[in-house]
Amino acid sequence: MVTAAASLAIARDIAAAVPDPELPMVTVADLGILRDVAAEDGRLVVTITPTYSGCPALREIAQDLQRRLGAAGFADVTVRTALAPAWSSDWITAAGRRKLRDAGIAPPHAAPRNQGPVPLTLTATRCEPVTCPRCGSADTAQTAAFGATACKALFRCRGCREPFEHVKAI
Amino acid sequence: MTEDEFSAYQSLSEETEDHRWAFGTGFTDPLEGIDASVPPGVDAQALAAYCLMLGDDALIYSHRLQQWMTRMPELEEETALANIALDLLGQARMLLARAGLAEGAGRQEDQLAFFREEHEFRNVLLAERQDADFAELAGRLLIFSAWRLALFGKLAASADPVLAAIAAKGAKELAYHRDYAAQWVIRLGDGTPVSHGRMQAALGAIWPLVTELFHRDAVTAALPAVAADPAGVCAEVDAVLDTVLAAATLRRPDVAPMARVAGRAGRDGVHTEAFGYLLAELQSVARAHPDATW
Repeated sequence: MVTAAASLAIARDIAAAVPDPELPMVTVADLGILRDVAAEDGRLVVTITPTYSGCPALREIAQDLQRRLGAAGFADVTVRTALAPAWSSDWITAAGRRKLRDAGIAPPHAAPRNQGPVPLTLTATRCEPVTCPRCGSADTAQTAAFGATACKALFRCRGCREPFEHVKAI
Repeated sequence: MTEDEFSAYQSLSEETEDHRWAFGTGFTDPLEGIDASVPPGVDAQALAAYCLMLGDDALIYSHRLQQWMTRMPELEEETALANIALDLLGQARMLLARAGLAEGAGRQEDQLAFFREEHEFRNVLLAERQDADFAELAGRLLIFSAWRLALFGKLAASADPVLAAIAAKGAKELAYHRDYAAQWVIRLGDGTPVSHGRMQAALGAIWPLVTELFHRDAVTAALPAVAADPAGVCAEVDAVLDTVLAAATLRRPDVAPMARVAGRAGRDGVHTEAFGYLLAELQSVARAHPDATW
């Protein structure tokens, strides 16, 4: 017989393995989107948090969590959204950063502690350089502040001449 | 990507009960599962009215940005605007949902966005203005995001925990929007004589709408611990704008504020002519198919 604690551990593993629909090389646990898996009055409550206010992936993640946990025999699953504390790219795990880099996406630097002053220079990189995930060169330039998903910006490597994506530090 | 029977895309082709027809659809209440009780001592109707103001600012401005899609000079800038519009739409959805829950009359985000009349919208006039050119777009985005960021910075400590959470999250997004806009204002202002002239002219056209942003209103006054006093962020926003304008070699325009109509403006439901056309476009699909789900 499976104990409640063992069953919760299984549920945690299943939830943690759910891939992000827009960054399928990493899981929701890697990204820090998965906040909690708990048993509440005989049902399973999974708590997730959005990366950005309008991120359309959150709905798909909730759906995927329901499907996978349902298929594993968890009949009563509630997926809850938590807004506070606000998601930070600092929550991306070391494993998540490695997987992103292996897939050609530069992981974020440490998020700014506060909003800071408005940057007034057009050319200089404001913080430490973003390293090319393909060749490791630090000689890179931002080509666009935004990218194909809410969480990414576009860069180009001057070393290997390849474009790449970078997860924004927030 | 390896084949995965549980892929998020696989699940789209299956029959479900939640009306999903494409990625990201099947919308549910954006505050589902969040404790939405109104804290003791807070006037629930005033809280609803306040969230409506902030939600309308984001909804209407997001729509104006979406109207730029397919018209931007470069793909990268179009992607940027689409992302900014999406962030604001996300903020609008949560704020309208919060307004509906606090109001307690059963109105959800869709009813509030699509089935209110012009005079029931509470956005500031800056949000509904149509940009005449790219310089106006950059200038308006800088002013709007610097102002909203200052408000959200204060609201992160609001006595309403839901509003505080929305603001703390949104502030990160707004700081990024502000920095993006500032880069363009500097690039244009400190660019060629032509770009400088057009950026300066754009500021002159937008500036009459700035005074309204810092106008004290009755709703905010009724919520001392919950709302952010707009007059209280004026100095902070001025400092940001002055810094950017100086770097961009631009002058702060010396123009009279747009006259209020019998003392009333956007926060009172008095809008400009352009707003009616915007709203007609925003609401037409929902009104033609009132029972549709998405």
